[in-house]
Amino acid sequence: MNTGVFEKARFRIAGDRGLLVEYGDCIHPDVLHKVRSVALLLTQEAPAGILEILPTYRSLLIVYDPLVVTPGTLARLLEKMETRLSGIRIPDPKCVEIPVCYGGDFGPDMDFVAQTHGLETEDVIRIHSAPEYLIYMVGFTPGFPFLGGLPEILHTPRLETPRTRVPEGSVGIANNQTGVYPVASPGGWRIIGRTPLNLFRPKDPNPFFYQAGDRIRFRPIPEREYHRIRQEESA
Amino acid sequence: MMDALKVLAPGPYTTVQDPGRFGYQQVGIPVSGSLDAFSSQIANLLVGNPPESAVLEITILGPRLCALIDFDMALCGAEMDLSVNDAPANRWETVRVKAGETIAVGQAKTGCRGYLAVGGGIDVPLVMGSRSTYVGASLGGYQGRCLQTGDILKIHAKPPLPRTRRLPEAWIPGSPSEITLRVIPGPQDDFFDAALDILFQSPYMVTPKADRMGYRLQGPALEIKEGMPRSIISEPTMPGGIQIPADRQPIILLVEQTVGGYAKIGTVITPDLPRVAQATPGDTLRFQRVTLEDAHRIYKDHRNRFQEITEYLSAR
Repeated sequence: MNTGVFEKARFRIAGDRGLLVEYGDCIHPDVLHKVRSVALLLTQEAPAGILEILPTYRSLLIVYDPLVVTPGTLARLLEKMETRLSGIRIPDPKCVEIPVCYGGDFGPDMDFVAQTHGLETEDVIRIHSAPEYLIYMVGFTPGFPFLGGLPEILHTPRLETPRTRVPEGSVGIANNQTGVYPVASPGGWRIIGRTPLNLFRPKDPNPFFYQAGDRIRFRPIPEREYHRIRQEESA
Repeated sequence: MMDALKVLAPGPYTTVQDPGRFGYQQVGIPVSGSLDAFSSQIANLLVGNPPESAVLEITILGPRLCALIDFDMALCGAEMDLSVNDAPANRWETVRVKAGETIAVGQAKTGCRGYLAVGGGIDVPLVMGSRSTYVGASLGGYQGRCLQTGDILKIHAKPPLPRTRRLPEAWIPGSPSEITLRVIPGPQDDFFDAALDILFQSPYMVTPKADRMGYRLQGPALEIKEGMPRSIISEPTMPGGIQIPADRQPIILLVEQTVGGYAKIGTVITPDLPRVAQATPGDTLRFQRVTLEDAHRIYKDHRNRFQEITEYLSAR
């Protein structure tokens, strides 16, 4: 089976301070594993001149100081690293449980999603809250997790016209992905529920509960519990 | 720290900024920071601050502020009238301000963004390592938002400079009617063929959709070549990346962007980003192709010149 991992990393020039390294051409756990392994090695060994390492689905953006290191040197260093990747042990991923109150006012697109697939609301909730989703990437807004592994029966296209404001905590579906909006923002995902948790805590030393490579499971909760948790979170 | 400035009128979009918030782009928090880093750094040097101190970034129209204590101040960047108690004052030099005086910054005549530094630096809490405001997530700066009438800003206490400082004319950036940006092709230049020539030969106009996230431009369409996908798997973006979305009109991505799902035909070099920051809707931009080696030489020259300026001003 083609897992989409390239035999050799491909390098792309992203301006005078960025080197983009691609490890595959599709969204697949094996590609993500390779990206995370290289990111971990780079973080541990901190080669001179590297300012920031940004891992995503299938690539790594390295921000460097051109007065200290050239992209040629970085590319050779990364090629050498390839031989050592098999020995890398990535820390076990966390699984973070996120309580979600599905449907009603919190999930304005629940009816659309259910009707599109000929399901009852209860089915959508059961199916959406069953998997442990892999976090492929965090981005777009602070802490927004892009989750892979949405069951095919729930794949639903984005809204034709994005909403100008999706409330914080909203849980949505866009095609084969699902995710949560940690802060209010414009957005075109189909919203099926809302979590009462504050997913972004800027004043906390650890502002987020999860990172790329971790897993998320959604736990359905009744509205009563939503309000109870919300009250605790606001305290 | 002490109360130093009272906002009498905020201007349309005045925020606290510093060099930016690094290390969190991988969790969706953009770098933010002063869009015109050069002007922000020079303003700080002119009041004796480290170049990375927090300043006010002023957009198009300046605020009116009341000084609550004595301090040194400097305004750099866009050409905006500056006055203290209605007496005109110069940009690009130290201005002494006394408690009770009113500072007024006018409308930009050329350029777009002004940078107002005060001796000691604006004192707002460090959030995730930076004082920069990211309005999109109500993060950092003054309560995570633009300044409003009645806000009181604190500054870190600092004695006034023994002598005022002035940036020599030769080092003040010009404001040409047509702005040239030097661009390194890539990261996805292989998605384009004829479009690369079009980009480097055609004028592009800045549209009204131009902010700290990005500048949408209007000009000849830039087509992705046959057989290449219309979009890419989302990846992190660098400030200066020129993204080509479905409507084939370029967007220069800036400091409040973290990821993008469209191919980028080229990337504006770092030393030219202040020119983007100073471009306003209606301005014409031109793109000039440079190699990575050229770009690194320009980068080095740029850093050396900044070092020279720093030494010159600090010796005053």
